Amino acid sequence: MKKIIAILLAVCLMAALVACGETTTTTETTEATEATETTETAEATETAEPAGEAGGTFKLGFIGPLTGGAAIYGTAAMNGAQIAVDEINAEGGAIQFEFNPQDDAHVAETSVNAYNTLKDWGVQAIVGTVTTSPCIAVSAEAYSDRVFMLTPSASSTDVIADKDNMFQVCFTDPNQGIASADYMAENFADKAIAVIYKNDDAYSQGIRDTFVAEADAKGLSVVYEGTFTEDTQTDFSVQVAAAQSAGAELVFLPIYYTPASVILKQANDIGYAPVFFGVDGMDGILSVEGFDTSLAEGVMLLTPFAADAADERTQSFVAKYQEAYGEIPNQFAADGYDAVYIICEALQEAGCTADMSAADICEALIAVMPTISVDGLTGKGMTWAASGEVAKAPMAVVIKNGEYVLP
Amino acid sequence: MEFISYLISGVTLGSVYAIIALGYTMVYGIAKMLNFAHGDVIMVGGYVCYIALNSLGLPALVAVLVAMAACTLLGILIEGLAYKPLRQAASLAVLITAIGVSYFLQNAAQLIWGANPKSFSSVVHFELPEKITELGFSSEAIATILLCVIIMVALTLFVAHSKTGKAMRACSEDKGAAQLMGINVNRTISTTFAIGSALAAIAGVLLCSTYPVLQPTTGSMPGIKAFTAAVFGGIGSIPGAFIGGLLLGIIESLSKAYISSSLANTIVFAVLILVLLIKPTGLLGKPIREKV
Repeated sequence: MKKIIAILLAVCLMAALVACGETTTTTETTEATEATETTETAEATETAEPAGEAGGTFKLGFIGPLTGGAAIYGTAAMNGAQIAVDEINAEGGAIQFEFNPQDDAHVAETSVNAYNTLKDWGVQAIVGTVTTSPCIAVSAEAYSDRVFMLTPSASSTDVIADKDNMFQVCFTDPNQGIASADYMAENFADKAIAVIYKNDDAYSQGIRDTFVAEADAKGLSVVYEGTFTEDTQTDFSVQVAAAQSAGAELVFLPIYYTPASVILKQANDIGYAPVFFGVDGMDGILSVEGFDTSLAEGVMLLTPFAADAADERTQSFVAKYQEAYGEIPNQFAADGYDAVYIICEALQEAGCTADMSAADICEALIAVMPTISVDGLTGKGMTWAASGEVAKAPMAVVIKNGEYVLP
Repeated sequence: MEFISYLISGVTLGSVYAIIALGYTMVYGIAKMLNFAHGDVIMVGGYVCYIALNSLGLPALVAVLVAMAACTLLGILIEGLAYKPLRQAASLAVLITAIGVSYFLQNAAQLIWGANPKSFSSVVHFELPEKITELGFSSEAIATILLCVIIMVALTLFVAHSKTGKAMRACSEDKGAAQLMGINVNRTISTTFAIGSALAAIAGVLLCSTYPVLQPTTGSMPGIKAFTAAVFGGIGSIPGAFIGGLLLGIIESLSKAYISSSLANTIVFAVLILVLLIKPTGLLGKPIREKV
């Protein structure tokens, strides 16, 4: 028996060693190809201007959390993007897309692996990644590899900082923090405010920092600030009780919807009913399985998209989404949808063809992004700064009878 | 008034830790092994109860019983497949196996039930007199504390007076001698695991009723905290687990409220280190005499 195990172990060890050897060789080859590619690119940009008509079938990648705690965002963005791809392909224009979504489970390392999978597939432009922390990791890789990325919803400024190939569809965290404070200054000027945020998360911390600064400038009174971390996000009874005893009438929650659902329940348990105000991370709270949506009644959130908007394009998108996936699309679905149309528009404008390399397409798109203006579901006349930041107007909605309506 | 409400949320949290710690300490006290998969059996109990309530539409009490039955079975299965073959092996090997089982359960749960968090609706339905709710006690908290005390007393009586209990104590003292006296050691240890896992199911249901997010990692952090509570109170001691759990919950809540909500875990573990430095066997642990 022992001998058999010993032999098995030896075989395993050998397999592992062989596998290691293989990986090293592949990496070397990839590096080599990359090197040649970069030289080629340099030559190409010098000699050839992208000429005339755009066309062909482009390989469009997508990275987002399809499993894990943030799966609602990734799945929604992927479904939205899929609808846009199908529409564009069905129209039969010069630009066609081949769409390849990859899961990153909202983990930075997994996300980089997903990115490498897409690169092996020959990706030419990427919609992604959906969440902030993985996006910071992947965008650094994509920046050195020269691959164009447009994130539907990663809203930190760190995502686009010093990376000319990164653009955003959603507004940045500072914008969300400032917009929330401005909205409260206009509508709830005399209410005492509490903030509960997750201080080991770049997204939550980023919004909180600009919110507090702007609230200070606008003369709002922040009476309590509570924090939590990844390890303590199941119990908020202390923070909620502290907010209550500090006399807060409005609780600002720049956090994702899962901890927010616990906060709503625990506040309800102790009979505390302030106005809860969230940002885009709150979007998704109505689709948590088993969640009593009556707890979310009256919750306000800042979002660029409301499924009950009257315009024809939103209506047709909502109808298609409901038919295909059986639920009302959230803001992330609309962000994903817009991202595909923005890339399509930019490819058109830059006159890219499908036989161009990812790096050539990247340079061409970087050049046209600050010049185009796109009408999407999440904003009319969206424009971009060369830094990658989008300009559009945020809007506040309130939850009534389990749906978003304008206040 | 504020202080009282923080204290009460501490007691609520502590009673959940205590009920998990009872399972830990029971298995450690008798089988002399740290069952790190205990936290994940709790998670499985939560999921089984959730399915029984929401998909099968069973009444709450039946759902809890189904969860207990499922976890008992799971406990016996884990013990038989993973721990029994290692009975003669070094305790380190068993410890590592337990960690492996813990990861296996987490990932299996993710495969079966998906990674999306589910919101667990409470199984505790009774009205409390207004005087108690005014203080900030929820009915879940009262149920947890009551059940915790009942289980503690029942376990103490069971171990002290029943025949199986006697066999358990004998195994705990000396497995070899117990076997020579005609005690079936393997069956006794399996029984211990079965009881520990049934307790885990109750703990899981109460944990999810109080803190309603259910996902594959739900059990891991409370599991580690409860282990800490068991060590704090003196591992192997049943009343020690109860006191350790309550104290840990109260320390965590008060440090969240008065020191820093992000440093709460650090403070909890720092207190543990302090206790172990001063009283290495925990608050109620028996002093170990070195044999010469």
